[in-house]
Amino acid sequence: MHPTFSILLFTTLAGTGYGLLFVLCVGLLLGLLPTDPRLGLIAMGATLVMITAGLLCSLGHLRRPERAWRAFSQWRSSWLSREGVAAVLTFIPAGLLTVFWVAAGAAPWPLGLLAAIGAVVTVLCTGMIYQSLAPIPRWHHPLTTPVYLCLSLATGLVLAALLTGSWLTPSLPWPHVAALLALPVAWLVKWQWWQRTDAGMPTATIGSATGLGKLGRVSLLESPHTGSNYLLNEMGYRVGRKHAAKLRRIAVVLGAAVPWLLLAVALFTPSPAFAVFLTLLAALAAVAGTLVERWLFFAEAKHMMTLYYGEQTV
Amino acid sequence: MTMLPAATPPKRLGLVIDLDTCVGCQACVVACKEWNTGGYGAPLADQRAYGADPIGSWLNRVHGFEAGEGANGRTVHFPKSCLHCDNAACVTVCPTGASYKRADDGIVLVDEDKCIGCGLCAWACPYGARELDPLAGVMKKCTLCVDRIYAEDLPEGEREPACVRTCPTHARHFGDLADPNSPVSRLVADRGGFDLMAEMGYRPTNKYLPPRPGRSGCGAAPVALEDASPKGGFLGWLDKVLS
Repeated sequence: MHPTFSILLFTTLAGTGYGLLFVLCVGLLLGLLPTDPRLGLIAMGATLVMITAGLLCSLGHLRRPERAWRAFSQWRSSWLSREGVAAVLTFIPAGLLTVFWVAAGAAPWPLGLLAAIGAVVTVLCTGMIYQSLAPIPRWHHPLTTPVYLCLSLATGLVLAALLTGSWLTPSLPWPHVAALLALPVAWLVKWQWWQRTDAGMPTATIGSATGLGKLGRVSLLESPHTGSNYLLNEMGYRVGRKHAAKLRRIAVVLGAAVPWLLLAVALFTPSPAFAVFLTLLAALAAVAGTLVERWLFFAEAKHMMTLYYGEQTV
Repeated sequence: MTMLPAATPPKRLGLVIDLDTCVGCQACVVACKEWNTGGYGAPLADQRAYGADPIGSWLNRVHGFEAGEGANGRTVHFPKSCLHCDNAACVTVCPTGASYKRADDGIVLVDEDKCIGCGLCAWACPYGARELDPLAGVMKKCTLCVDRIYAEDLPEGEREPACVRTCPTHARHFGDLADPNSPVSRLVADRGGFDLMAEMGYRPTNKYLPPRPGRSGCGAAPVALEDASPKGGFLGWLDKVLS
């Protein structure tokens, strides 16, 4: 599958943003975060900017973005529509929570609860868009949505550690500790996804796609067209698979190892300013690693359509 | 509405494609492009048609495959367009309701005024039957020439898809596959018509007829050359005298 940059940015930015929203809401609900208006402005401001920027990026993928409002109509059957509905509905409690937090220094628990649920549901829908697509066997795997949820939570926690860390010292900066736990878990789930989707048996073959398998070995003799077409540009992408192993290691190092070490050092650094600096680097690395992971998610996935263009198995 | 029809449509209009008789002439591809660029919806755009890397949307394409090996190998010309599946995932994934399956004849269509060009339906189709129009920015697919098959201003004999009408070898047949007595259903029954990727469960309406088995032994053993030292007869005598 062709990794479209607008989708990569959308799922990474909005995924991190919703993870951050979830962490902030849970922090408020459990009384682990002060309802200081300045913290509200910075943390919720960053959350809403990330989510909004991500959603705007997703519009860049549409060829007719002026009709995007129509995408809220088919929530009964379409995960993409559900994602749109959930994303917009989540803005209501999240926006109100920001207003209360910043203006009144208060965090009404129903708003926090609704925003946390909205964040989880939106990321769940994002994962299900991909997981529900049977023609792409690598995506059509029960771990696909958990990977989206776990990475969203892990990157959200790193961001929360950055934004709330200096408010929480000298007490235990719980987002740092939680991020140190969540990062390995999230990437372990991702590693499992890689292992299992690598080991998956081919779902369809050139023989079953053409129905000619019973005649013997089937191969493409001539393509139906001499140039490229939409299908090949969109789904025939192969470059990513060549460097997949190396890119996986880059993703894990950038997304998990580097932020984990930086956060661990930050936790024991006496200087608060230096701790914030280290956490900022950790956040940048975590988001960059997720971006590489997202790129591979597309680049490594094979679509069954390619069986008609010479692939033997998918 | 992108829910699939609640009941199986009373008619299942579709194509039966004969892989035995298709000669890969591409006439159906051209006839399809010609009819559909001027008919239903926005034109089927081409870009850089005479340039180095032309690209455009086509609703029907003929692939060429080689099946089997050695003397039993054969070339199979393989036309492919939308199969108008009963279990059409391209319809249910559509977020806007642009993609829909008609409840009365099962034809899968795109309402181009509602399409946002997100491309998710093309991802959901394992057959690669949908192509986004590069200029109009909306999804294009085979309409089964819905604007021909019901066109009352056409003589009745011409109310069939352009690809079927143009095929010089009658490799393409159009009809109702829900009716077991229709000519297309009988053809499928007689010739062992099959579904593409049946294991995926999309239940396509279009059926493919397999290539007929070749004549046994035809081309299997190399024909021996004439014996240069014939025994007996005039040639045998001549050979003996001259050698």
